Amino acid sequence: MTQNDSSAVDYNYDVVRQFTVMTVIWGIVGTLLGVIIAAQLIWPALNFDTPWLTYSRLRPLHTNAVIFAFGTSALFATSYYVVQRTCKTSLFGGSLAAFTFWGWQLVIVLAIITLPLGYTSSKEYAELEWPIDILIAVVWVSYIIVFFGTLIKRKTSHIYVANWFFGGFILTVAVLHIGNSMVIPVSMLKSYSIYSGAIDAMMQWWYGHNAVGFLLTAGFLGMMYYFVPKQAERPIYSYRLSIVHFWALVSLYIWAGPHHLHYTALPDWAQSVGMVMSIVLFLPSWGGMINGIMTLSGAWHKLRYDPILRFLIVSLSFYGMSTFEGPMMAIKSVNALSHYTDWTIGHVHSGALGWVAMISIGAMYHLIPVLFNQGRMYSIKLINVHFWMHTAGVVLYIVAMWISGVMQGLMWRAVNTDGTLTYSFVESLTASYPFYIIRFLGGVLVVAGFILMAYNMFKTIYAEDNSLKRVEQA
Amino acid sequence: MSSFWSIWITVLTLGTLVGCFILLRWCLKNFAGVPEGESTGHDFDGIEELNNPLPKWWSTFFLVTIIWGFGYLLMYPGLGNFKGLFGWTSSNQGIVSMEDSKQQAAEAREKGLIVEYDMEMKAAEQRFGPIFDKFATFSIEEIASAKHQEVDFDVDQEITEAQEQLLQRKEAIEVGKRLFLQNCSQCHGSDARGTTGFPNLVDKDWLYGGTPADIKHSIMEGRKAQGMIAWETMLGGEQGVKDVAAYVLSLSGREAKQGNIESGKDKFVMCAACHGTEGQGSEAMGIALGAPRLNDNIWLYTSSERGIQESIRHGRAGVMPAWKDILGEKKVHVISAYVYSLSHE
Repeated sequence: MTQNDSSAVDYNYDVVRQFTVMTVIWGIVGTLLGVIIAAQLIWPALNFDTPWLTYSRLRPLHTNAVIFAFGTSALFATSYYVVQRTCKTSLFGGSLAAFTFWGWQLVIVLAIITLPLGYTSSKEYAELEWPIDILIAVVWVSYIIVFFGTLIKRKTSHIYVANWFFGGFILTVAVLHIGNSMVIPVSMLKSYSIYSGAIDAMMQWWYGHNAVGFLLTAGFLGMMYYFVPKQAERPIYSYRLSIVHFWALVSLYIWAGPHHLHYTALPDWAQSVGMVMSIVLFLPSWGGMINGIMTLSGAWHKLRYDPILRFLIVSLSFYGMSTFEGPMMAIKSVNALSHYTDWTIGHVHSGALGWVAMISIGAMYHLIPVLFNQGRMYSIKLINVHFWMHTAGVVLYIVAMWISGVMQGLMWRAVNTDGTLTYSFVESLTASYPFYIIRFLGGVLVVAGFILMAYNMFKTIYAEDNSLKRVEQA
Repeated sequence: MSSFWSIWITVLTLGTLVGCFILLRWCLKNFAGVPEGESTGHDFDGIEELNNPLPKWWSTFFLVTIIWGFGYLLMYPGLGNFKGLFGWTSSNQGIVSMEDSKQQAAEAREKGLIVEYDMEMKAAEQRFGPIFDKFATFSIEEIASAKHQEVDFDVDQEITEAQEQLLQRKEAIEVGKRLFLQNCSQCHGSDARGTTGFPNLVDKDWLYGGTPADIKHSIMEGRKAQGMIAWETMLGGEQGVKDVAAYVLSLSGREAKQGNIESGKDKFVMCAACHGTEGQGSEAMGIALGAPRLNDNIWLYTSSERGIQESIRHGRAGVMPAWKDILGEKKVHVISAYVYSLSHE
């Protein structure tokens, strides 16, 4: 811990603390919602015949809570922390940083109110109606000002690679959000997209895939580039690899959206270009994994006793797995089998629970003691328990969805000798039930792990300052 | 698309791939100013960066995918208006009608283009067409009646012509059932008992006739109810709606307030044009309006008093799509036989 140089600059940790605590809280809320809808797929009666508890309304709330409440709060917390420490300067913009916190929390609360009430633009991951979209845009532009303002007034000559990724993510998300949310309002809570037909679908998946590419990939790579070397206390493996993989990743990702629309009304040329770019994207994506894991050279033994490092490194393994799986699923002939099945759900969760959640959890466990003047978390043992619960939960989840997804794909395409389909849709659903139960169990483990994390966090926060001493390993 | 957009797409696509190639070439060289394997000397909050070379397997693999990308875009449509050397398309583009589709398919064949959808449909027709041709030689009744007939085999004797025919008819009804489950069950239910707004097909109550020809016609051409208008204003407001609902309930012998029934009876004259004076429905009057019979206890929408009031107040309009262009006449034939069999056990 380099606490002595932190005293040299008056860093703004207030906003970082706020976002850090909310990351853990929203982590519980987001995954709990996921478990509830997973249970509804097994026991449909769990919607209690209440419109605002139906799957169709809670599912967008789950995705919004996980991506924008949990994930984005983690990104706010870490980007504000990292940009200050690596630029050796405090946050730019005074109270604008505090505005981004309260503004963003307001967006989340509005989502929690409007989505169950059924107000939706019906665009996936962009369901919020136009007044909330405007609030998002205002908060996001403030975020841009704070982040880039801080970069501009930096006291270092270079800009650290973590900040390239954070900067790329922040700028692109603004463009994506504003581009895709263009609507004509008909009332305060209803609007229609200005795009129509296949163009609307293409805009939606240009947004949707780059929400994954920039928010959930580039943003969290920024997090990785600070917390992995910091926790491992090792230098970054390759400066040149970080350059080539950053520029290739951001320039290729933006093209990949059409692979969500294979075999649809989207013109052939767009489908081909989307597929080609998705496949060329594979190696640049892996560049980040290599740079992170190889940073551990000479420090592998730390994995034996440091569960925080375990979270970070296992997250990189899931990252590598899902960034291999993604380009593979973007191949049209593979997509013909995987599309619309649970395989996609499994893929998304190996990214969301494996990569995004684990890197965030690791970063939070690193961050919490620093922010609240402690040498370590309240209980290292509980971090370890959390690690195993989370890992087991994720593995159960994605393996269940892989099997279920491939099975569904094969059942849907099975044909009798007379050319009729062998199975009706409902038969594939019945066959999926056992896997839905396994998925549910995996989800329960993940939520339980988050609750454990919250306990550990509050114990750390409420402990007397500097009472938790760092354990030195032999 | 116009040649401007075609060039735009081509330049940006190739530019991105070429840019990746140049980037890779540049980073393969040691430009960091320090020997490979050593620290670049940057220090960010205690984090240093080593100047390690790109892993060889990684840069090679990256290069291979870039080259493959160029190859794919040369062979398949991708670069704007350029169709690709294989002449492949997934389907004919810009189709507005069946005639249009057939014409474009023929033109593509002449030019030797590979239109995947057309080719797959043609292959399926060649493979499965004869099976359905055979089924089409039986009437709907013949297929439906085979459902519960047993085939008595004698192991010592050869199968007779009649037995062979029965086997084929039994196969036909099974195929009809599967096609029903895949195409019709979404609305009419796996058990064909329907749901609110979607008719039950196993009872003997028909909106558009239950003869084999009627059923086949309903599936082939679809049905669009004439549409019951919203009657609230016409009936003089809420009271009128309540009165008519009460009378409609009384038609099937259900209880309602006597006063309402009587004033409802007068107003029902307006309803009788489609539903008949006795509420016997358009089907009983021999006209294809799709106005349900009201004097039985079968309800297309809902049987509750509130539900009936809702139907009168806001109107109803059911639509069944036409299936002839989706499935073709021969498949509709066996589905018709299956549907016919449901109410002719």
